[in-house]
Amino acid sequence: MLAKSSSAALRRLFDAVGPVDAVGIEERVAKYGTRSIKKNAKLWGLKTAVSMVDLTTLEGKDTPGKVASLCRKAVQPHDADLDVPRVAAVCVYPAMVRHARRALGTGTGVKIASVATAFPSGQAPLETRLAEVRAAVADGADEIDMVINRGAFLAGEFAAVQDEIAAVVEACGPAALKVILEVSELETYDNIRAASFLALQVIRPGDFIKTSTGKTSLNATLGNNQVMIDAIRDHYLDTGIAIGMKPAGGIRTAKQALTFLVAVKETLGDAWLTNTRYRFGASSLLNDLLRQLAKEKSGAYQAPYYFSEAAESY
Amino acid sequence: MPTLAKKTPSRPASRPGRPAPELIFGDLWPFDPAPETADPKLKPRYDLFIGGRFVVPQTGKYFDSINPANEKKLAEIALAGPADVDAAYAAAAKAAGPWARLPGRERAKYLFRLARLLQDRAREFAVAETLDGGKPIKESRDFDVPMAAAHFFYHAGWADKLEYLAPGRQVAPLGVVGQVIPWNFPLLMLAWKIAPALALGNTVVLKPAETTSITCLKFAEIIQEAGLPSGVVNFVTGAGDVGAAVVNHPVPAKIAFTGSTDVGKIIMRALAGTDKKLTLELGGKAANIVFDDAPLDQAVEGIVNGIFFNQGHVCCAGSRLLVHEPVADAVLAKLKRRLAVLKVGDPLDKNTDIGAINSAAQLQRIRELVAAGEAEGAELFQPACRLPEKGFYFRPTLFSGVSMSHRIAREEIFGPVLSILTFRTVEEAVEKANNTAYGLSAGVWTDKGSRTLKLSTELKAGVVWANTYNKFDPTSPFGGYKESGFGREGGRQGLLDYAKLT
Repeated sequence: MLAKSSSAALRRLFDAVGPVDAVGIEERVAKYGTRSIKKNAKLWGLKTAVSMVDLTTLEGKDTPGKVASLCRKAVQPHDADLDVPRVAAVCVYPAMVRHARRALGTGTGVKIASVATAFPSGQAPLETRLAEVRAAVADGADEIDMVINRGAFLAGEFAAVQDEIAAVVEACGPAALKVILEVSELETYDNIRAASFLALQVIRPGDFIKTSTGKTSLNATLGNNQVMIDAIRDHYLDTGIAIGMKPAGGIRTAKQALTFLVAVKETLGDAWLTNTRYRFGASSLLNDLLRQLAKEKSGAYQAPYYFSEAAESY
Repeated sequence: MPTLAKKTPSRPASRPGRPAPELIFGDLWPFDPAPETADPKLKPRYDLFIGGRFVVPQTGKYFDSINPANEKKLAEIALAGPADVDAAYAAAAKAAGPWARLPGRERAKYLFRLARLLQDRAREFAVAETLDGGKPIKESRDFDVPMAAAHFFYHAGWADKLEYLAPGRQVAPLGVVGQVIPWNFPLLMLAWKIAPALALGNTVVLKPAETTSITCLKFAEIIQEAGLPSGVVNFVTGAGDVGAAVVNHPVPAKIAFTGSTDVGKIIMRALAGTDKKLTLELGGKAANIVFDDAPLDQAVEGIVNGIFFNQGHVCCAGSRLLVHEPVADAVLAKLKRRLAVLKVGDPLDKNTDIGAINSAAQLQRIRELVAAGEAEGAELFQPACRLPEKGFYFRPTLFSGVSMSHRIAREEIFGPVLSILTFRTVEEAVEKANNTAYGLSAGVWTDKGSRTLKLSTELKAGVVWANTYNKFDPTSPFGGYKESGFGREGGRQGLLDYAKLT
């Protein structure tokens, strides 16, 4: 009887993954911010960050034209003489996937990611959510960003949460999956760590876990990024399965992005400093990275209007 | 919920014929040098500071202060003789009456001024502290200098509220106090000593350690700038014999000493039979106790902070790690990975985590004790980091398989060397933690609050940190049990050690 109650399950999952001390983790991540990144290290970091951006537009008012312009920005973020890489992917709603595919064609190297599973709330029947995933993949999505069932998680129904993730993995087929935990709705670091493991245990190498939808008040922070990359590290050392990480929402400046990359460097090591294993879900970040790169080259900051707008930020 | 158990990954961590997964902490993204460039404004030669003026020592002699990071000479420091110590005490005695009669709110103004002037020159002092002592700039910038200023601010706040210090009793200053401080936190120890003494209306003769006198003498400039009455604070510099002269002088009503237990014992013997008050803050061999329910990643951060902060030159360093057997392997593996990303090197580089060992003599002592650890059979681990060619450096070091009888488990190493022991029960942890001549500090890492409270009463240590380590605050009394000394610094208790109660 006891074993079936949600509180016992809660205890067991949480015991298995261990607790997180909130004060301690915030102290740890504060140290990343004191790293001083200069000269070549700064250039490398900025360019790597550009290559990790999932350039995003997730607005009700998105149009095919806006998505096409986003795609062009993704392929060539700035004037060719700045020598910046392409971004990793564009991230759009499922209805926009076919427009993105038409704009990008094939062979640009820029992936198409689509949020699915009744993003951002996830409050739709499972069948509907899976159908959405299949439709997005059929329209040409390379990657699917799903949301977990936070209601089930908070009710202690972990098996339900995990089974749904596993069902989405199956529906993805060849597409890579990013599992959005929506950390602000999980509220505690202990919950974020436990939810990370629920996802890590059923997703495939090359899949990701992701902080947030960007649709709530609190999105990616260094603290919840750290809890999740600690979980990825523990899972990798335990199983050999390498999962990627995507902080999303709230990362707007180049300085922030570099600090997140320092966290990756010092927690997961060199093998995660690549866009196959680390992404930034962002839109306004890209232009700040470009502006800093242009400044490194010319020695002076250019006005923001020298950089083309691709999408409004969320 | 049986599904959860079924879904634990089927792939074993190490498959036959394949190496276990490991992280790569390599050179894909090396940080470029980021040296702090503020001017430390050093003078080529520093005289003694007596009666509000810099005076030439009557010995006529000077000694060199070197930068332990590159062994280059930084400045010449005056060598005080007995006559200089006499002069310093005479100046302090002359200033004692007027300073004590000054209303508390007036003394507070001077203390606030010292704090603010130190804040104004924080970067300059941080660089000077790092050059002189070898500690990483991020520590002198983010800890030593701000904390020193915080002590002056805190005690400035007390100066006009002394009637509330001991309710129902009258509080008076002791008079002249003699103070001797160590080389691990030169400026901060100076603040810990001077601020409460001045707040209560005492006057001071202080001797800094011979390897780290520069920030003390730079602070003398701040004292002049603040217009502190002459003779209220006097600095005499030199080695142990000058310290002995400060301690054995007939004038001081109290001696406050922070340093090694050996010297503490000598001082206690010397003061026996006199009516001088004494407080001692001596060595430590703190136990940092990690239980199996602890937040392990944060515990590892705390362990690293506990033993590698300031190259381990911390009297309350968590130099003995007591780890619960069920998580011993996991903690050791996490520690080794964490050590792989610690940066050892130029203390002035903002990215340096571990700087230079303070002196050649200290480096020699660390080497000797590490050799003893290896000879006694403990297992040594050091990360493969590059060390600068010149200067005094030592790799962060872990010893596993340490037993209580090993020298590295009993003697204070005062370096970046951690001895790891294991335990099975709470009783065993307490017994091992208390099985030391010292009792300055301890750490407890557990998710269980009741266990923290139980251990905080059972551990014979002046400070017990729970799920953190090396946290300091001017309001919190700090001091030891047993051979870690007596008396407290900081808070109300610290002030009482500079007061005469009637």
